[in-house]
Amino acid sequence: MRYRVGQRVRVAARPHEGHHRTPGYVKGKSGSVERVHAPFTNPETRAYGSDGLPKQPLYLVGFAQRDVWPDSRGHAGDRIYVDVFEHWLEAE
Amino acid sequence: MHDRGGWPTEAPIDRSEHELADWELLTDALVGALGGQGVMNVDELRRGIESMPPEEYERASYYERWLYSVETILTEKGVLAAGELDARLGG
Repeated sequence: MRYRVGQRVRVAARPHEGHHRTPGYVKGKSGSVERVHAPFTNPETRAYGSDGLPKQPLYLVGFAQRDVWPDSRGHAGDRIYVDVFEHWLEAE
Repeated sequence: MHDRGGWPTEAPIDRSEHELADWELLTDALVGALGGQGVMNVDELRRGIESMPPEEYERASYYERWLYSVETILTEKGVLAAGELDARLGG
């Protein structure tokens, strides 16, 4: 597990052909690691009939709503939490 | 239809409860059985849903999307022959 709780990370902005579970609205956005889940099978290969191995570390990443949605009309402290695989994260 | 989340909308969110129809319960059970038997997994289910033409995706209900994906993936794997379901349904 490359990242630890509290660490600032940025979601890779790269495009990806095919199935993946990284929402476009957090690509290129910065947040912090809220929880280190565990390694899980990789949906990017498992969606095409593979066993999804090797497992990839998964993190819960928290973002300020206003960083993700600049026009957000919610409270200033509102946050959005997204599960992101390690290979989609970059250290800040 | 991929990465549908986060698209802007002003449409209200329908929060009403929905009683599941028998075919919806059967669809859920079918997908569970296919997963349990190792025939088709949830990531393939999601990929199949994402392969829907956007206008069909928008029109379809939740479990209609599941059925579309099951037919797509099982046909891809050769479990179903192309057009087999339509033929059996007299379509």
